[in-house]
Amino acid sequence: MTQLLDRPLDLKAPPSPAERTAHRRALLEWTAIHSLGIAAALFFTLPFVFVFLTSLMSDSQALSRDLIPHTWEWDNYRRVFDTPGFLTWWRNTLFYAFLGTALTVVSSIPVAYALAKFRFRGRNLALMLVISMMMLPPQVVIIPMYLFWAKQLDLSGTLWPLIIPMAFGDAFSIFLLRQFLTTIPDEYLDAARVDGCGELRTLLKVVLPMAKPGIAAVALFQFFYAWNDYFGPQIYASESPGAWTLSYGLESFKGAHHTDWNLTMAATVLVMAPVILVFFFAQKAFVEGVTLTGVKG
Amino acid sequence: MSTYTLRAKHRRSTLRTLAFLAPWLIGFTVFFAYPLLSTVYFSFMHYDGFKPPAWTGTKNWTYVFEHYPFFWPALRNTLWLVVIMVTLRVAFGLGVGLLITKIKTGTGVFRTLFYLPYLAPPVAATMAFAFLLNPGTGPVNSLLEKAGLPTPGWFNDPTWSKPALTLLALWGIGDLMVIFMAALLDVPKEQYEAAELDGATPWQRFRYVTLPNISPIVMFAVVTGVIQTMQYYTQPLIAGKVASGVIQGAGTQFEPGYPDKSTLTLPQLVYNLGFQRFDYGSACVVALVLFALSMAFTALLMRRKGGLITAGDR
Repeated sequence: MTQLLDRPLDLKAPPSPAERTAHRRALLEWTAIHSLGIAAALFFTLPFVFVFLTSLMSDSQALSRDLIPHTWEWDNYRRVFDTPGFLTWWRNTLFYAFLGTALTVVSSIPVAYALAKFRFRGRNLALMLVISMMMLPPQVVIIPMYLFWAKQLDLSGTLWPLIIPMAFGDAFSIFLLRQFLTTIPDEYLDAARVDGCGELRTLLKVVLPMAKPGIAAVALFQFFYAWNDYFGPQIYASESPGAWTLSYGLESFKGAHHTDWNLTMAATVLVMAPVILVFFFAQKAFVEGVTLTGVKG
Repeated sequence: MSTYTLRAKHRRSTLRTLAFLAPWLIGFTVFFAYPLLSTVYFSFMHYDGFKPPAWTGTKNWTYVFEHYPFFWPALRNTLWLVVIMVTLRVAFGLGVGLLITKIKTGTGVFRTLFYLPYLAPPVAATMAFAFLLNPGTGPVNSLLEKAGLPTPGWFNDPTWSKPALTLLALWGIGDLMVIFMAALLDVPKEQYEAAELDGATPWQRFRYVTLPNISPIVMFAVVTGVIQTMQYYTQPLIAGKVASGVIQGAGTQFEPGYPDKSTLTLPQLVYNLGFQRFDYGSACVVALVLFALSMAFTALLMRRKGGLITAGDR
């Protein structure tokens, strides 16, 4: 009798010890993984936070080891914009990035389409050469290229030596687009051809609308490439500050404001911000692009 | 169909292919094949950009390999970066990828936060790290000091400059994280279930199920990591410049590799020889070394089973 009473009265079987440990282990695992996640998130975000906080410090406080501003000097950002040249660098960067991206996309699409969908002798060789060009450091051919642009065409001191080549296909963009275009089934193209479309019309009317995500990814990568490019402007534009881009000018900013880390960090924030904004608007296309280059095994 | 029309058809399709490939064919010739051959030519010439190029035989080559003080340190640094930075980046990328596939609450937020640093423009990111790791006023060392830990000189100390660069490279792990994440989600669930039924521990599941499935991606990450190391330019250069206090436009010329040649990489030598010393011939020698190394690893990448070329064909 006493034994019976001691038992819980509900009819549901109590969790067995095994079930209870499994549940406890799952909870423990959840906690451990999310703690690790938060630790990692701190590692990835704290640098941004410290840079941003420092960009708002007063000149004297920026020299100290303080982490948090005493007074919030939003005026620092205005001072950055007032720096001679800063607006010109913005304009040049936008010009380089937009025009370069447009030229790259327009010139790379037909090449990628041919490599993905035409059958011709030497196709694999062409693709291997594209990959080789993609993997080659730009420094390998820079000496003859510089001599060509500077001595023969007298275009050093401008960004044209960086923009003009983009009208002739960019290896990375060709490769990435080609990867994307191969995933479009041939039946769509055949249907268009049966309807009497030539290759150009098939490309424009059938393939392009389907390839939008791939094109978006390529455009984003190319835009970021131009935005981030340091070596190119250093070679061709260094002699004329009127042609500098943000990535190149940012460094001289540190020189002009020797120890003013607050202003240098404000300028750094202003160079990072547009890229991050663009990312938030186009996150899906971008991540898709990274996965495409990553290649499924 | 007569052979005549067949041939005409074939010719038309060849012309069509050539028309579509035209932009790249021009680009390949003008911006790749021609300058590459010129680079070989100039590597045997003495040329300073003013007097016409003059034949010097292998003098540039012996200069670079035997007398140029930056060549071997740069190669040693490259080796260091390949062995340590690439390995750590692949391990960390895999770790973060695993972590993100296990996180069940707030996955999207975590993924975005982990990914963002990869997007930071290299010059801006390096400036930020030069500030964060500044031995005197940087927040990292003041936190380390508060915790009673040693405070390294980071970008100002030859033994710590490459670890500092490695830290910067680990911060921007987003690309590898996304690639590993996609690969990990592709591992067939049944294999995990079978392993679990067999009583495999988490480590055994990782070792015998996860790793064999993703090993092609690990290989891909290692080889592309090595190729990227050959191109490693902006970060070590900016880190050295900012830490040394020598910035462009001040009339002083920056000796690359600060501190004590510890951040020299091969691409920086091309700039140093060609655009600071105006020794175009020797710069071309280094460019060709860089070319040979990059191509060797690219060949490795293309030989990989189911490699780059077939990817996406499925």
